[in-house]
Order: sequence, then structure tokens, then C-alpha cells
Amino acid sequence: MSATLEKGVNAFREVMDAPIASFFNSCVHCGLCADACLFHTETGDPKYTPIYKLEPLKKIWKQEYTLLGKLASMVGLSQPVTDAELEEWSPLVYDSCTLCGRCTVMCPVGNDITYMVRKMREGMAASGHAPAGVIEATRKTIEQGSPMGILPKTFLAQVRDQSEETGIEIPVDQAGADYLVIMSSMEIMGYPEFLGSLARIFKQAGVSWTVSSEAFEATNSGIQIGVSDIARQIVMRIVDAAEKLGVKYVISPECGHAYTALRWDGPNLIGRPYKFGVVHVLELLDQLHKAGRLKTEGKTDEPLTLHDPCQIVRRGGVVAEPRNLLNMVASDFREMEDCGSYNWCCGGGGGVSANHRAEELRFKSFQVKKRQIEGTGVGLMVTACANCRNVLEEGLEHYHMDTKMIGITELVAEYLKEDKPA
Amino acid sequence: MSHMDLLIWARGTGLQLALGVFVAGMVLRFFEIYSLGRKPDLSTPRPGKAWAGWKTIVSRSFPHPSMAKRTYPTVVLGYIFHIGFFVALLFFAPHIRLFRETAGFGWPALPTPLVDAMALAAIIGLLMTLGYRLYHPVKRFLSNFDDYLAWTLTLLPLLTGYMAFHHLLLPYTLMLAVHILSVELLLVFLPFTKLVHVGTIFVSRWYNGDMLGHKGARL
Repeated sequence: MSATLEKGVNAFREVMDAPIASFFNSCVHCGLCADACLFHTETGDPKYTPIYKLEPLKKIWKQEYTLLGKLASMVGLSQPVTDAELEEWSPLVYDSCTLCGRCTVMCPVGNDITYMVRKMREGMAASGHAPAGVIEATRKTIEQGSPMGILPKTFLAQVRDQSEETGIEIPVDQAGADYLVIMSSMEIMGYPEFLGSLARIFKQAGVSWTVSSEAFEATNSGIQIGVSDIARQIVMRIVDAAEKLGVKYVISPECGHAYTALRWDGPNLIGRPYKFGVVHVLELLDQLHKAGRLKTEGKTDEPLTLHDPCQIVRRGGVVAEPRNLLNMVASDFREMEDCGSYNWCCGGGGGVSANHRAEELRFKSFQVKKRQIEGTGVGLMVTACANCRNVLEEGLEHYHMDTKMIGITELVAEYLKEDKPA
Repeated sequence: MSHMDLLIWARGTGLQLALGVFVAGMVLRFFEIYSLGRKPDLSTPRPGKAWAGWKTIVSRSFPHPSMAKRTYPTVVLGYIFHIGFFVALLFFAPHIRLFRETAGFGWPALPTPLVDAMALAAIIGLLMTLGYRLYHPVKRFLSNFDDYLAWTLTLLPLLTGYMAFHHLLLPYTLMLAVHILSVELLLVFLPFTKLVHVGTIFVSRWYNGDMLGHKGARL
């Protein structure tokens, strides 16, 4: 599909809806959203003010969806959106926005700016102004099945490894299982122990589960780049496999945007509700613990803190669960400033970590996280998103910090109560 | 035309015309919004979605502490101006009397000295918001003609009302006529500037809360 300005403008028209029109009407240019955004607070550059990132979309709205704007266009008082303008906005829409949603919860007039940036990316991608790194990740997802180019045989090799490591058989393509486990690219390549940890937890809790050789990839770069057709294809892969295997639930892994893509965007992309439920792994672990099926013993004395992944916590409503789980296995859990629903993003969500152009800006913006971590005085940080984890590890390295990181599922599995032989 | 003729016109024909433009303008703006529609969300909502939009209409008036700490001048000036403006508009005895004469019902007024002080606070607050807008890099960067027009249109009724009440600058009758005309100017422009947020803020907050509530996220 060749990208043109016309296609981009058409995409802008297609995403225009009542919420967006009300948001543009309501903005009073108070500038508070700038103080909610790490790309502004850490650089001080006004161009990173969240609402400003939407100027081209606002222009189309004003020119085509308001009477006054139409009149102004007719008498030549306003200029059409140009390719040069969209190119100028590309770094604002893709590099300096992780779709973290902090501006959305802070805006006093109630503008969901994140929603609009996500929609604006549709027009940016259609007009050929998406960054190369994100385009590449999306191409690989379509051609090979995953943004990092992970083939089914690579995934199955990791499954075998984890099976051998834990001594627990990991079911593959088992029809009729209750839960289907999928993983993000970052987990498959960087943190495969997530799968081993789950295998151990599920064995203890007696959970019926499986992985799929066809749908194992949870990352949805179609959403990050803003191409709904591709996003639909990626979601459909999981839906087909889940419905073929007849599972009751698909478990969204420790990956923030994957959760948003599967749990909230998916049914809207494919145009129908699923025949299965979607549960985040933290929700499931918390449920199992409350039902007495997940038992741990002992706690780590090491002081630790939690980085809240935006899409799971602020935009996913999974706030208490990670805290319940941490308090179960840690005796010195310290919250960081602005924790929970108002936490600061790692700086690499929403496709930013796949976008090489954004790297310098991402490290600069990491300073807020650095201050947060230093404020807690701990040497261990837990999170529940493999992409956050990777971005945080890169940031820690960049600033020569010796904070260690671990995923929640992995940490919980470390304190699993061993079943004693009868 | 005498001062009294001007006042009579402003209170009669002028006000009717301005209200007509205001109502038609607001209807148009809301039509522009709602006619765009909204796709239904097919994902399964979490419990608690039902009231999330309505709750957010109220809750978004109170900034989160971490935000207020960073942006307290905007927050404080915002409160002072908005509260002062609405107290002057809705609880000044002559305003209520005018409303009662037209609509047949009214409500109790606040003591005039209090309203006077609040109006003065709103004027000072508004002057300070302009200063802050020109000083603050982000606000200055974002500002356009609409922002300065809206500021002027909002200040004029407050200022002329205050001066009329204190018999400053112009003869009382003339100042009162100018005051009413400035209100009419505000009414005519309101739907077509960022001042339209007096109505659309409820729509935006509702949508925002509804979308967050759908996910069970904190509002």
C-alpha cells in the first residue's frame, strides 16, 4: 500500500468522532498537559506539550467539521495540511509519545489526548510519516509473525528449554485447555524464564493451560504504528488459535501494550466480541492466590520497588493486583513517588523503544524514572512488562545505575511453596 | 441617543439578539460534536463503568496532588477566576433580580460586599493569568488570537460591572449600558471561541471518564 497525503487526510477524516470534536472544542490552552508528560518535563521544550502534538488533526477538524472553519477555508483564511507539516509532526507523534495516558488523567477539561494521538497515528502512517523502526517491526510481524522476527520454531525451542529447565511439561496446542498463554517478543527473546515460572505456578495451582504453535506473539505493532488493518490481522491470529483450541481465557503476558491491544482494542478491530475472556497474568495470579491455589513461603528481605506499566495500571485498571502479589513475597516493598495510576512511563512504550530515531530523547526523558528510583533508595525494581523492563534496563545502564530488575511472575515463582511428598 | 436609550436598547433588543446568537451558536456547536457519533466499544467492560463519565465531570475539577504541586499557579489562578466569576454572575442581587423579572423565579443573593470582593479577586486573577500566559514558555507557545480574544471578552463584563457598581470612570447609566453590552459581546462570541468549553467541558469529561471507566482504570 503506497502512502500518500490524500490517504493520510482521509484517515484523519475516518477517525474523527464525537469525543475528538468535544476534546478539541474544550481545550483552553492551559498547558497543564505539558507537566504531565515526561518528554516535556525532562527537556523543557514546549513543542512536547501533548495537545500540541495533535495540531494537524485539529486543523482538519476545524477546517472540515466546524461551520466557522469551513467558512474560513472558503475565503482562503486557512491553509490545508501539507506533507511537510506532517513530516515535522512525525517525531512529536511517534518519538515523544508513548501513549502512556498521563496527560489524559491530568487534563482539567477532560481531554483524552492519548486516544487522539493513537487515532492521529492512523493518518500519519497512511501518509507515510511513521518512523522506519516502527515500520520495520510491523513488516516483520506481518511477514514472520512477530516484530522481532521470531519464528514458531524459535518459540517452540524456548518452550522446550523452559520445559527441561523446570522439569515440567509445557502443553503445546492442547485443545480444551482452560487458558492459552501468549508472550511478547521481548519475553520470548530476553526473559523466557517467564514461561518456566508460569509452568511452576500453574502446576502448583492445578491450572489447565496450553501454548499455541500458531499464536504465541502478543505484541501488536499495528496498533503502535497506527495501521488498523495490520493490527486486526495480528489480533485475529490469537483469536483464531484461541477459538480453535476452545480455551476459556487467553492470558495477556507481562507486556503493557499487548494487554491494551488484546483486551481493549481487539474486539473493536475484528468487529465482534471474543468467544473467550482475556485476563492479565497479574489478575490471574492474584485470583489464584485469593482462592488459596497459589501458595508461597518466605519473603525476600531485600528492599524493592515497583514500576507500574502504564497500559496495565493507569490504562488497564490492574492496580491492586501487583501490590498484593509483591506484599506476598517481599517484606520491604517501597512505593515510589507518584506510584500507581499516576506513575511515570519508562519512556519506551507505544512503539518508542522500536524507534531508533527516538533513542536520545528516550534516554533524556529517563531522568524522571532515575529520580523516582533514587528516591526509594532500593537496589531492586520489579515490573510487569517486558518492554518496560528492557527500556528500564537500558536506561539504568545509560546512567550507570546498578539497580537490578525482575518480573513479578518470576519473583512470585521463586517463593512458590514446594509441594511436599505425601 | 441618550445614555438611557442605550441602556434600554441593551437591556431589551440587544440582550434578545445576543441570547439568540448564543443559543443558536451553542446548538450548532453541540450538533457539530454529536453528529460525528461514536463507535460502540465491543470489548467487555469492567464493572463500574456505568457512572464513570458522570463521576469524572465532578472529579476532574480537583487536580491530583502530584499535578497541583507542579502547576500550582495555573491551578490557583484558575480556581480564583472561575469561582469569582460565577459568584459575581450568579449571586449578585441585581443579577438575580433581572433573572427573576424575566424568568419568574430566582434564588437568594450573597451579601454584596462579599460579591464585590470576589469580583475584584476574579479581575485580579484574570490579569495575573494574562501575565502568566505571557511569561510561561508552554502557555506562550500554545497561545493564539483566540486565547487573547477570549481573555478580553471575559474581562470586560467583570471590569465594567465592577466600575458601574463603584461609579467609576463613566456616568452610572452609561457604564451600566456598556456593562450589559460587554456581556452581550461575550454571549455572541462564546460559542465560537475556546470559551465554548463552558458547555463542552461536560461532554469531554464524560467521554474521558467513560473510556477510563470501561477499563476499570482510576478516573
